[in-house]
Amino acid sequence: MIAGQPASIAWFARHELGLFWRDWVAMLTAGRRTRSIVLVAVVAIIAIVLHLLALGLVDPWIGDGRNPDKPTLVLVTGAGLLFWTVMLSQAMESVTRAYYARSDLDLILSSPASAKRLFAVRTGAIALTTTVLSALLAAPVVDVLVFQDGPKWLAIYGVLASLGALATAIAIGITLALFRFVGAKRTRLISQIVAALVGAGFIIGIQAAAILSYGTMNRFAVLQSADVVSMAPATDNALWLPARAAMGDFSALAVIAVIGFGALAVAIWASAASFSHYAVAAAGVAQARVHQRSDAEFRPASPKQALRRKEWTLLRRDPWLLSQTLMQVLYLLPPALLLWVNFGRGAGAAVVVVPVLVMAAGQLAGGLAWLALSGEDAHDLVVTAPVAPRTVLIAKIEAIVVVIAVIAAPLLLLTALLSPRTALIAAVGVALSAASATAIQMWFRAQARRSLFRRRQVSSRAATLSEAFASIMWAGAAAIVASDHWWQLAIVPAVLALLVMLFAWSIRPRTR
Amino acid sequence: MPDFPLALDIRGLVKTFDRPAVSGLDLKVRAGEFYALLGPNGAGKTTLLRMVAGLLQPDAGSIHVFGTDARRDPVAAKRVIAWVSDEPMVYERLTPLEYLQFVAGLWQMPVADAEANARDLIGWLGLGPHANERCGGFSKGMLQKVALAGALVHDPRLIILDEPLTGLDAGSARQVKNVLLEKVRSGVTVIMTTHILEVAERMAERIGVIAQGRLIAEGTLDELRAQARHGGTSLEDIFLDLVAESTAEAAEGSAAA
Repeated sequence: MIAGQPASIAWFARHELGLFWRDWVAMLTAGRRTRSIVLVAVVAIIAIVLHLLALGLVDPWIGDGRNPDKPTLVLVTGAGLLFWTVMLSQAMESVTRAYYARSDLDLILSSPASAKRLFAVRTGAIALTTTVLSALLAAPVVDVLVFQDGPKWLAIYGVLASLGALATAIAIGITLALFRFVGAKRTRLISQIVAALVGAGFIIGIQAAAILSYGTMNRFAVLQSADVVSMAPATDNALWLPARAAMGDFSALAVIAVIGFGALAVAIWASAASFSHYAVAAAGVAQARVHQRSDAEFRPASPKQALRRKEWTLLRRDPWLLSQTLMQVLYLLPPALLLWVNFGRGAGAAVVVVPVLVMAAGQLAGGLAWLALSGEDAHDLVVTAPVAPRTVLIAKIEAIVVVIAVIAAPLLLLTALLSPRTALIAAVGVALSAASATAIQMWFRAQARRSLFRRRQVSSRAATLSEAFASIMWAGAAAIVASDHWWQLAIVPAVLALLVMLFAWSIRPRTR
Repeated sequence: MPDFPLALDIRGLVKTFDRPAVSGLDLKVRAGEFYALLGPNGAGKTTLLRMVAGLLQPDAGSIHVFGTDARRDPVAAKRVIAWVSDEPMVYERLTPLEYLQFVAGLWQMPVADAEANARDLIGWLGLGPHANERCGGFSKGMLQKVALAGALVHDPRLIILDEPLTGLDAGSARQVKNVLLEKVRSGVTVIMTTHILEVAERMAERIGVIAQGRLIAEGTLDELRAQARHGGTSLEDIFLDLVAESTAEAAEGSAAA
């Protein structure tokens, strides 16, 4: 029972909040009280570790306190911009989902309730979620800043709320522009690619600038460099308003709050009327038919070949899944650039490439393995086929291995030209990381529609965390071996990776 | 019954989830027979058929498909079985022809036979104009026809269908029924669950009624009529009577226990 005037904004807000709360509780506890206790303990430990990391990061910089001088404004603005691009990316994904996710949209759009009010509530919820998630991420740094330099830094939360609203407004603007100019059929794909590029692009861009200028991948080194500080505008420039607001300047905070929330209000007002039109257009996309150019040519195939071909065809024909999967490859660009810049200067730089390659291979393998092993849309067909389950599994793993090999091989070859030894270490690391991620996905496989790819990370948090930790550990081990100094220490992360695997194996679901 | 070769021979089959779904069920289906399986929701029909198709492991009992022990040699049994569920599971980004090519690969069909079968089925089921369209935008009826074509492309000897007509319009349902009857005429065995009693009445040679995980009655329509205590004339009356009787017996049994 929802209180309030039916179909009013307050009524929709209560409905949405109720659903959100139930989803959240179910996701965290899975209906078990003990699980919530364990979760609280894990969150507490993570919070402590993050605060310690924040202390290590902030303490040397804060010194006896910070004033809004030019170097400080440059650093705060740069770091804030990095953060905001991630907020914008998240807001874009959420806004796109508001138009395309069907769930209850068909019911509400077919009712006499106002779609404008629903959109207003959902847009507000997106801004709120974006802000809350960012605030949670920023909290350790803010806490340390407040502890070291006074409560003025609490204003960061106000800045985050304003920037969350602004990010949501911009996301709505971009989504509507895409609907208008490229149509509902392509909007989702383009919007998601743009969101990923926005999220990763600034980080990669600044990393590329750092590599080209200073031969390092440290983004903050660029922001603190004398060249960048000297090129930056004077301290009274409007560009520094968010940084000033974050440092407790309340007039600056008021200005950016007006800009952020004003932009959100205008965006909601301007787009609410068209929400139902575009949501209906988005629903029609699923009905669109795609013609293949040529008649399917029947070719002889063993069951394994048929399964491999099917996996590759489905991957090739799903640009969204492909973009989501290959987006991880985007993060390989900085090390590739580093390789290119340092080509000929010796093997030292190649060492940086090793952990990134190993990490990326693990993440890529995890995504592909989920698609192949869990995301089987014709599960019954494959299970009822006269093919041994082992053969099916091997064929699917082969399909994954080939894709990873195709993606990793060029970078490994380039590394081999620079340093064959480093390339060999990277290749072994890539193989171990990919094998670990695939094995974890195999142990935790649970049949699901491929279209639920995005939800794979919440469907099994244990698998996701194990996959990430194993990749990090293998990356660490490979980096230590590649560095050639104290290479024996690589045994520590390698053993930890194996322990993570053992842990994942021991908690795998037993009944299928 | 023993004089006929058996397509399916089930003995003492048991499957329990949080409660018994199939309880010591025995079932024999002759080769070349059209057998309809009826039962109320939750009676155990789908669980039974999923065990035959190899989608679920029984807790106890035996399943023989054309003499092959399906629990001991599932791959050999699967070679002659086709499974179609009420929820057509096809790949949205493959065309019907590509889907059939994939199925033929899984069943290791010779290419020429597979292609000929695929094109015949596409024609029979009225999918010709859509043969090279991706299945993503297809209606439920078209998807069900693609799934059925997939089940038939490898020339199975036993076709198991779980509510195959759910959600189909009259024209599509007629096409599916015609294809199934044609297959039965050519010697294929069909076992089908349905809630559309008229379909069972018209198409099936024998009808089995399942309730509480047990086969409570079996036979031709006349034989079922004789088994029903308050014997109405329609299959609906007979079915409701048999199920009510079984439910009452079960309630008495549990009260006595």
